[in-house]
Amino acid sequence: MKTETVTLKIKRQNTPSGKPYWETFETPKKPLSNIISCLQEIQRNPVTADGMPVNPVAWDCNCLEEVCGSCTMLINGRVRQACTALLDQLGSTVTLEPLTKFPVVRDLQVDRSRMFKSLKKVNAWIEIDGSHDIGEGPMMPDNIRAKRYVLSECMSCGCCLEACPQFTLGNEFLGAATFSQVRLFNMHPTGQAKKEDRLDALMGKGGIADCGNAQVCVEVCPKNIPLTESIADIGRQTSLKLLRDFLSK
Amino acid sequence: MMKRQSKVIIIGGGLAGLSAAMKLCELGAEVVIVAYQSLKRSHSVCAQGGINAAMDARGEGDSPDNHFYDTIKGGDFLAEQPLVRDMCHQAPAIIHLLDRMGVPFNRTAEGHLAFRRFGGTLYSRTAFAGATTGQQMVYSLDEQVRRYEHDGLVQKLEWHEYLGAVLDSEGVCRGAVIHNLRTNHVDCLPGDAVILATGGPSQVYAGSTASTVNTGAAATMAYLQGAQYANAEFIQIHPTAIPGQDKLRLMSESARGEGGRIWVPKRVGDPRTAENIPEDERYYFLEEKYPHFGNLVPRDVASREIYDIVYQQKLGIGGEAMVYLDLTHKTREFLDDRLGGIIDTYTKFTGQDPRTTPMKIFPAVHYSMGGLWTDYETDAHGMIDTRSPRNQMTSITGLYAGGEVDYQYHGANRLGANSLLSCIYTGLMMAPGVIQYTRNLGKAPEDVPSSLFDQARSFWANRLQSIKKMNGSVNPYRLHKELGNLMMENVLIVRNNQKLEQAVEKIDEIEEKFKSVQCVDSSDWANPTASFINQLYCMIHLSRIITRGALMRDEFRGAHYKPEFDLNQPADFDPHEYIDYLERSHYEKVPEEAFPQGHLAYMKRYESNNEKWLKTSLATFKNNQPEITYAPVNTSIMTPRPRKYD
Repeated sequence: MKTETVTLKIKRQNTPSGKPYWETFETPKKPLSNIISCLQEIQRNPVTADGMPVNPVAWDCNCLEEVCGSCTMLINGRVRQACTALLDQLGSTVTLEPLTKFPVVRDLQVDRSRMFKSLKKVNAWIEIDGSHDIGEGPMMPDNIRAKRYVLSECMSCGCCLEACPQFTLGNEFLGAATFSQVRLFNMHPTGQAKKEDRLDALMGKGGIADCGNAQVCVEVCPKNIPLTESIADIGRQTSLKLLRDFLSK
Repeated sequence: MMKRQSKVIIIGGGLAGLSAAMKLCELGAEVVIVAYQSLKRSHSVCAQGGINAAMDARGEGDSPDNHFYDTIKGGDFLAEQPLVRDMCHQAPAIIHLLDRMGVPFNRTAEGHLAFRRFGGTLYSRTAFAGATTGQQMVYSLDEQVRRYEHDGLVQKLEWHEYLGAVLDSEGVCRGAVIHNLRTNHVDCLPGDAVILATGGPSQVYAGSTASTVNTGAAATMAYLQGAQYANAEFIQIHPTAIPGQDKLRLMSESARGEGGRIWVPKRVGDPRTAENIPEDERYYFLEEKYPHFGNLVPRDVASREIYDIVYQQKLGIGGEAMVYLDLTHKTREFLDDRLGGIIDTYTKFTGQDPRTTPMKIFPAVHYSMGGLWTDYETDAHGMIDTRSPRNQMTSITGLYAGGEVDYQYHGANRLGANSLLSCIYTGLMMAPGVIQYTRNLGKAPEDVPSSLFDQARSFWANRLQSIKKMNGSVNPYRLHKELGNLMMENVLIVRNNQKLEQAVEKIDEIEEKFKSVQCVDSSDWANPTASFINQLYCMIHLSRIITRGALMRDEFRGAHYKPEFDLNQPADFDPHEYIDYLERSHYEKVPEEAFPQGHLAYMKRYESNNEKWLKTSLATFKNNQPEITYAPVNTSIMTPRPRKYD
């Protein structure tokens, strides 16, 4: 019996400044196959559908269970993680492309360091006195914890930014992931100490005012983080801060 | 004179590396973190169920000493007791620290930390953040390190790979050789000390829960450079994972901690679906065989039982190698709140909803109890000397290790939710000693002759160049799969010497084939294949350490099960009898009748087996092979005794 195969059309690029090109591969479709296992198959047999030996496709991945955020790419035009993209749900031809809102490193690898710079810009951490044993953390009702937990599942994968019409390769827009992290830290009893600094960082260029309310971020988030709620909440927080700043002048 | 600022290089951005970085920054050191990827993406994010700390939040009478007892017993007495005691006593402070840093731990109605049960204990001592505790802890530590980065104390070198230590003529580690995974340039980082926090080696096996970076290459490179590797043969097989082509995905022990039940149909090859099998036709084999611990027996025990049910009794679901893990008796709200993360994972990867259909699971390679040999120092009272430069130092001076890459904390079998603890504990604990070490050093990194670094750099640049030129007929990724399958077939749950001997020979054959590898990627930019071939070389050596260690250890201890050497504990044996026996044998020849029939003979077998095998195995690289020797284990706090969970 002939094994069932899947056709992968992959957009490749050799270097950050190189010209993109397309290559097609055929890989066997085994039970429970996902896009990662296809790319691994290409590593084991780096030959195109036309029988041309080529360099294996380069891509990023690590955990393979959708908690690290690494293997984000465009699969049939939709931004998502390659590990949870099961072949059974994808049809017989699948296109793979790198994210378009981040600089390409090679093939499907992109450089998402901008996301981590944004986290630095908004002080996305809790200022603790030190790691020595100084007793318990603040008491917290479980419903607040539950709200924080949902926001805290953000794995900086970049799906929301890829989908966002406001976020582009060249601009400074911080984007939904970062706004949502500000909400997370502002919600914490200790994190509130730095609340004003975080909001300040969101009130300049590339901040919350630049959000065009397209609301696509929330649709593509693999962790179902209520990003539009976060944007609305941060909008309120910054408006109130504007008012406070104005009154205290 | 002002004290010189210590410069410490940390390899790995998971829990151990991040906690060491945070503590070292606090102590004023200059820190460089080297990681394959962005720090948020390390393998620690895969840890699901929780982290142990005996805070007795439910009034069950738990204490750090009970935690110590469970951990030592769970590890079949092979863990270093003074360290485990200190870790268990520090655990509550570690939880409070994480809580203060913002880890969203689940809470009680009153707003206190909530705890759940895990395997190998009868107490609720596992703090948790849904079912993604590791991810949440990595994020909180990453945030603290980002804060230090913001303040200029930490430099992150992401997209860099560690290739080896720079050793001076006296064998002292003076820095690290690193490989930029984008430009493919090789460089040296001079430093006062290097910490390996590089995680486990499960990629040596084809079917594991590991992330792709968990090749064990950094630890193996330390071994190839002269560090000893300890207890390699103790590989944990987690009882519950879901099958997959690219990896086996873990279904956390917390599923059982929250009431999940393991069962198979009583009838061999029963074709009915789970919903159609009535209660009285289900075999809850763990609950029946272990009425005391039930589904929460330690992992080594659970994996062996599942293996037995599937392969000996042929009771796997529909005749296949799978058993049910059933949560369907719990409410949807409860499951979403406590186990949401793994329920999503199961649903996404299998298309079935565990809230309505029992999950189908099977054991998978999960964790290495063994790792680089590391040292520690106790004071006159037997307590850990927290400022000793020896703490967590490998056998290479100035090269430290912490987290899954070390070996001291879990003995022959790790208890669930103890790995997050040992990662953070080692990261924090080693920091004052590392600082002490750097202060004792005569030379600053600038005073080390630059020729030393030039040599190391050119050695590695040449090595990677020659790998890139490899032009044989063997695909390195296929050879990796072959090695992984070989390990799965021969060095897994049930081990026997004949197969282990064959495996040793086959590893030699794989090493031979390695010479004919082809570097299938010709790119000079961001070429992952050359790195991978170097990692594969390390994996071949590492699999040899594991297999050789397993072959030589002729006993049954924890995760290392050789049926041939099972001491056959009598069914009605009580471990306390052994303590009685030891005491009585101090002053008299213990008569046979003093214990139920067969018990004395068993206890004597146990005693003499311990005399021979209650030892740490140490692999030293000699003549391209691991030379294995044995060293005593510190059992000064709790007398070793037979394990029992029923």
